[in-house]
Amino acid sequence: MTTATADAPAGHTTGIRYGSISRGRRRTLYWSYFFLILFVIFFLTPPVYMFITSLKSSAEISAASNPWWVYNPTLSNYADLLTQKTYLIFFRNSVVVSLCVVTITMLISVLAAFSLARMKFWGSATLATGVFLAYLIPDTLVFIPLFKTFAFIHDKTGIELINHWWVLIILLPTLTVPFCTWIMIGYFASIPKELDEAALIDGAGYIQMLTKIFIPVALPGIIAATIFCFTVSWANFLYPLAFTTSADQLTLPVGIVTTLIRGDVYAWGQIMTGALLGAAPPLIIYAFLMDYYIAGLTAGATKG
Amino acid sequence: MAQVALRNIVKTFDKTPAVQGIDLDIADREFIVLVGPSGCGKSTTLRMIAGLEEATSGEIYIGDQLVNDVPPKDRDIAMVFQNYALYPHMTVFENMSFGLRLKKFPKAEIKERVQGAARILDITELLDRRPKQLSGGQRQRVAMGRAIVRNPKVFLFDEPLSNLDAKLRVQMRTEIKKIHQKVTTTTVYVTHDQVEAMTLADRVVIMNAGRIDQIGSPHEVYHTPKTQFVAGFIGSPTMNMLPCRLVENGSGLTIRLSDWLSLPVPPSRVARYRARVGSELTFGLRPEHIIEGRGDVPPGAAAFEAPLDVVEPMGMETMVYFIVDGVEVCGRVNPAAAGRVGESMRLVADLNQMHLIDPRTQMVI
Repeated sequence: MTTATADAPAGHTTGIRYGSISRGRRRTLYWSYFFLILFVIFFLTPPVYMFITSLKSSAEISAASNPWWVYNPTLSNYADLLTQKTYLIFFRNSVVVSLCVVTITMLISVLAAFSLARMKFWGSATLATGVFLAYLIPDTLVFIPLFKTFAFIHDKTGIELINHWWVLIILLPTLTVPFCTWIMIGYFASIPKELDEAALIDGAGYIQMLTKIFIPVALPGIIAATIFCFTVSWANFLYPLAFTTSADQLTLPVGIVTTLIRGDVYAWGQIMTGALLGAAPPLIIYAFLMDYYIAGLTAGATKG
Repeated sequence: MAQVALRNIVKTFDKTPAVQGIDLDIADREFIVLVGPSGCGKSTTLRMIAGLEEATSGEIYIGDQLVNDVPPKDRDIAMVFQNYALYPHMTVFENMSFGLRLKKFPKAEIKERVQGAARILDITELLDRRPKQLSGGQRQRVAMGRAIVRNPKVFLFDEPLSNLDAKLRVQMRTEIKKIHQKVTTTTVYVTHDQVEAMTLADRVVIMNAGRIDQIGSPHEVYHTPKTQFVAGFIGSPTMNMLPCRLVENGSGLTIRLSDWLSLPVPPSRVARYRARVGSELTFGLRPEHIIEGRGDVPPGAAAFEAPLDVVEPMGMETMVYFIVDGVEVCGRVNPAAAGRVGESMRLVADLNQMHLIDPRTQMVI
């Protein structure tokens, strides 16, 4: 704005400096495009390469031809994988685990965040910090103690928790719940206090306040947390690798690596196809929920 | 419809006292305004009536019921917040009917009530909109509509006009008064704006540092303030307050303000002030009681000459300022009669309207 007001009279008198603002803007845009395109290339090259490779036969992959071009496109990798029983089991395991983890996580973290953000009780602030600290602990640090714990449970009760895909439903929320709770606390805290006071006076209990006011108003945040949670549990590699071993108990990321690499033989075509198909569900979910992700539903709650 | 009573209400936040023993009786259908500077405890008091804050001690009655332990939803009150607190994801209709829907009112009645309230507030055509599509004034109306449809025993307003611009504020002030005349529900209204307090209230409650300084009609608190705080808080421009000495002058009394200015106490007040002869007091007189001197001086008034320090023309009147022993004194004069800066002007002080304040107790004598 300051440029606009400063340049306008100069442009009038000399007649030369016309359009200097839009020129500046255009230059900024060029640079933006330059870096954006750089980014897009950087991040899209691997998936494009995966796609190209997935259309090649094993012979063509190992041949010394141009790796960026498909000379004899074939869908055999896709056909092989989708008719292979093990791959479909990985897929099913991943879907069931992720859906359950998302459900459990959202149930726990929305309720936890609501109580930590709004129902001021003794120790609520400390608990909220504790939740955040729990998120900071990396899973690579936890899996050995967890393994020990499972062995201990097995010794004491005889319940075997290792090498079952459903154990991931208990394990993965330890990663997702702290983070989702933390971002939901932030989201709920941004909802003006008067909104729940108004609801309280209108006759809502805490549960109604949550379901009728907080969840609808915080929907963008809840969806963001859901997407995060799904991505984490869908892509998690370490826990399934450590806690499951039998082929019928594996999830996609680990299954692809363990069954399609035999010794030092890499079935590149099938690996790429499997990874590409495995990346599809998160992509589809992002595509559908992106609008919600961005929408600012809270506008107009109070003086805006 | 109900009366509200507060009995020795105390509220402390982590050992910081916010409200220090308030007694207040609000009659059925009365419009009470709690007014005071920020931090005086007025909002806390309102929130305790609403049930959003718990009283540390004391009793709150709505109707005949002791409500200290009654949750807000069962107190049968409705509250309008400063920032409106509309539910952003609901339409105006849904916002207004939310309370009724939670109470499982029949659909037909909900519709009837919302439309009735919408008619009173003139927002019938906005019922399908969402809050973010409304202007500030419209949102304020919806917030009031949400209160009206509930048909509560008591309306509580927490600085409802502070977020509006000056012009809209005046407009909505009139609107609130009109609505109260139509709906006649007991109302407790909190504001820091003394003009709002004066124009809206049946009775004004002036609070200062967690205590009530005075309760009275707007006329009473303006003309017979009980404390120095009330005298200074109500009225704009504020009351002139000057240190003075009360001296005997034959059979009468004189207020000595400075070497060059002494004013006689009107005979009707002499008996009241006699006991204070010789003491240091604070003299208070509102600007409108210092006017231009024309012709005869009426009984109880005194004329004097003062050099003008600042002259502020306001249009229908002109403010003149002069200095008495380092204290600026304001007078309201007719624009035609106002003198010029640096010149001396003849002014008349109407001492029938004066106040004498004991500086130790801060009480008006």
